[in-house]
Amino acid sequence: MGTTASQLGKDSLAEYQELTFLTKQEILLAHKRFTELLHKDHKGDPHARVPMDRVLTLPELKSNPFRKRICHVFSTSEQKDGSLTFEDFLDLLSAFSDSATLEIKSHYAFRIFDFDDDGTLDSGDLEKLVNCLTGDTDDTRLTTEEMRQLISNILEESDIDKDGTVNLSEFQHVISRSPDFVSSFKIVL
Amino acid sequence: MARNVNFDLNHPLVEAGLESPADEDVVHNSFSELIAEQSQNGLSDAFELQELQNELDEEGRDNLAYLTGRGLNDREWEDDERQTDPLVGERWSSDTLKVLSSMPSRTIGRSRGAIISQYYNRTMQLRRRRQSRPSIRDFSHSARPSIRGYGMEADCIDAEGAGASKRERLVNNLQNLSVSDRIRMLRAMPLSLAEKSELRTSTLQKERRTRSGSQIPCCSQLKYYIIIAVRQCWYSWLSFLHSLQLWQVALKRVSGRFGTGVLSYFLFLKTLLFFNLFLFLVTGAFLVLPQAVHPPVLSADRQSFSGLELLTGAGYFSDTVMYYGYYCNYTLHRSCRDDDGGQNISVSTGTTSSCLSSHHSYNMPLAYFFIIGAAFFFTCIILVYSMSKSFGQSFRIDKSHSILAMKVFCSWDFKVIKKTSVKLMSEKICTQLKELLAEVNQKYVKNTVCQQLWRLMVHGLAWAICIASTSACVYGIYHFSDFMHQQQQQALTNKHPMLKEASLLALPALVSLINLLLPGLFNLAAWMEDYESPSVGTYVAIGRNLMLKVSVLCVLCYHWLGRVAADPKSINLTCWENFVGQELYRFLLMDFIFILLDTLFGEFLWRFFSEKVLKRRRKPVFDIARNVLELIYGQTLAWLGVLFTPLLPAVQILKLLLLFYIKKSSVMMNCQAPRKPYRVSQMTTIFITLLCFPSFLGASVCVTYTMWSITPSTSCGPFRGLKTMFQAGKRWVEQLERDNPNLSVLARAHAYLVENPLFLFVGAGIFLIVIYFHSQVVDGQRKIISLLQEQIENEGEDKKFLITRLQHIHEQKRTSKRRLKSQDSNY
Repeated sequence: MGTTASQLGKDSLAEYQELTFLTKQEILLAHKRFTELLHKDHKGDPHARVPMDRVLTLPELKSNPFRKRICHVFSTSEQKDGSLTFEDFLDLLSAFSDSATLEIKSHYAFRIFDFDDDGTLDSGDLEKLVNCLTGDTDDTRLTTEEMRQLISNILEESDIDKDGTVNLSEFQHVISRSPDFVSSFKIVL
Repeated sequence: MARNVNFDLNHPLVEAGLESPADEDVVHNSFSELIAEQSQNGLSDAFELQELQNELDEEGRDNLAYLTGRGLNDREWEDDERQTDPLVGERWSSDTLKVLSSMPSRTIGRSRGAIISQYYNRTMQLRRRRQSRPSIRDFSHSARPSIRGYGMEADCIDAEGAGASKRERLVNNLQNLSVSDRIRMLRAMPLSLAEKSELRTSTLQKERRTRSGSQIPCCSQLKYYIIIAVRQCWYSWLSFLHSLQLWQVALKRVSGRFGTGVLSYFLFLKTLLFFNLFLFLVTGAFLVLPQAVHPPVLSADRQSFSGLELLTGAGYFSDTVMYYGYYCNYTLHRSCRDDDGGQNISVSTGTTSSCLSSHHSYNMPLAYFFIIGAAFFFTCIILVYSMSKSFGQSFRIDKSHSILAMKVFCSWDFKVIKKTSVKLMSEKICTQLKELLAEVNQKYVKNTVCQQLWRLMVHGLAWAICIASTSACVYGIYHFSDFMHQQQQQALTNKHPMLKEASLLALPALVSLINLLLPGLFNLAAWMEDYESPSVGTYVAIGRNLMLKVSVLCVLCYHWLGRVAADPKSINLTCWENFVGQELYRFLLMDFIFILLDTLFGEFLWRFFSEKVLKRRRKPVFDIARNVLELIYGQTLAWLGVLFTPLLPAVQILKLLLLFYIKKSSVMMNCQAPRKPYRVSQMTTIFITLLCFPSFLGASVCVTYTMWSITPSTSCGPFRGLKTMFQAGKRWVEQLERDNPNLSVLARAHAYLVENPLFLFVGAGIFLIVIYFHSQVVDGQRKIISLLQEQIENEGEDKKFLITRLQHIHEQKRTSKRRLKSQDSNY
């Protein structure tokens, strides 16, 4: 966990490799990219945080509509400001990597889509999610009526226990039937 | 919902409650106590409910939060919500909300404690399974922890210690797993890296004795590096292959602009391309190449190339590898040129393998027969396989097809990083969502009886028009082909040969013209009918176009196999197979030319006209159904012609390649995204089914009929001198038996399997039985699924019931306390 790749340390590299779905090369590359983001003063600090604004300058996240949510979900910051340490960053890349399982991907997808962090997807979350998907421009945005229908349909389809929200199990049930989810839930550095 | 249970961030209580898992356990306690209280049938005053008491003071705040929550989240669908979920309709106190939000089903997605306990359960399961059945490496994917394991244990343990002891036990469990299992488990835990590494170190600490750290010996490190390097190479190779996928960018652009409907046309085109590629490779490698290496002796009066051949396929092309007639009827030897003085049947050595040592030989008739058969057989298998796969994807066994939810949850492609592509994807998702919604909506339209009667009449009229015009056209084609046939019979030697050749183009041109014009008439009829749902309209259009194409092809097949092949002498044909092959080539080409014309006039000029003259902003809409059926029609021609023109797949490949680029640019330039968006959910399935059922099946029936019962020409082709093409195989088997008596089993098997229809019946019977069993299994699964769903719904009802009871008790407590308080103040 040093400033350069060589200083990352063999032990910690092995540990990261064991605990994440990333390969050695990917971890080293992630480290390189992360230190580029770090402010000069913090270069030596293993627990240094990169503020969210800076993380979002990464081209891989720049135009993603869920970029802020991704930062918030993977951030371990006390202030909930979405800032990432190197380990958080590795977590992020691990969840979005090639070899991550469907389960872990769906878990993080659920948390990304859970905009108010309350553990279930309710109609407010679904609305925000759909708005993220369709973009901000007026011609792609759904009308209020369409949105209402869409959300009630989604709940009808996926809310198996009929409690008005989609919980993680129900979400994973839906995801498990979509063969392309694993291939689309990926971010490659 | 939002205002009630989740309370966003403006509720201080709930937010505080969400922060720490320890707090959740408190809530769990209160919940279980309440349940216990209920079961004891006691609203006993002795039971102290601390939280509920505290709640009294916070009632005012609660109200405030409720109001702000309402102000923020009040939406139009409130009423709707209330209908779907009675749990939500009422106003809960913050305490009930706490209980609600800390129910196991809601905490797995959020809190660390819940995840740890979930994985504790899972490691337990894994250990148990290991003990009983060590071979199973995989474990259940269900993310739902058993309620018993989770809830009860959490509730009976002291609140503070619960998290810690749970962690302790998880660590213990992890230790007992094998190393690879532990790594897999740790990796798959959705916890942050720091927590995982903590878990890992505490696991390792207890296990000091064996693993001392990360000291790996040098040679294993080297091995390790090599493995990583190889894997990297493999991955990059895979990603390279992925990037090689045909037309990826083009397809993405099309789908970004026009949605899945138009995309399905292009995907279908791509599928057809692969089918033809396969066919071409097979015939090219095993028929064309051997024959081209050993060209037969040709007659001297060979026609020179004039240019018209490209259109008619006749003339110069007649004596090339392109057509059936060119192929020889003897065994090709390596020294073929030396001894091929005669065209006698010299199946002297039998199999190719037995004489490999002396000289290579290649029994052309046999190869021709078996290669065509095998090509059809494998195409059939691929078709049936892709059909079943596509059926499996579009028709799930459980009825609750969560398409909308799937679309919303799974459609975002996180890999896309380019700004324009992100925008395209947003557009695409929006279009698809609108399509889906339109489809859901159109289910709820009701008409009066009078309207329905009117509609019925209009539909009847439209169908009558379509059927009448189709039969008129078919009748016309029948007589026109008869007329052309007779024209050729009246020896047209005095005419100019070029003119004679050009006259061959009349029939294909007529058929293609009909294929071009009649769909327009059908569209007119459909416009008259004005279907409410676009997908029904599409299905009807497909049905009508299919009717036209099938009947046209039937007439043509009758013309070729019934008239031409039955009596080739009457029109001075020495090789009727060549003639039929040329006809098919001409039809294929004409079809292509007319599609081009259609694209030019129907799309490009029409857009030009409507923009410049009519001053309308609307562009024409791409007609998916018609275009796909044109593709299927072309493919049927290609399959029909493979027997007579082994190189026809190559022509078809060229045609498809050109068609892709032309259609793509035409669509991007001239068409607009469908105005009334609709979802083409089962479109691909239907297309592939159509390709399989009338198209491929029809073509293979025709080819089989030709092979089995039509006498081939006596002076050309690999089967000359035989009664039917099928006899090539029979003769070979007989030869084999004569040469090698040990192989008589094979001959008998051939006699029994191929010539006896009983085998066919038995095979078909077994096939049907297998299908029946499968359908029974699927039926059973469907029943189980519906039962399970019912059970889950019941459990949801139970949850609702418990929550309302909880709220009820809470209310009662509150009022009684208030009464007490007011009594106190009175005193």
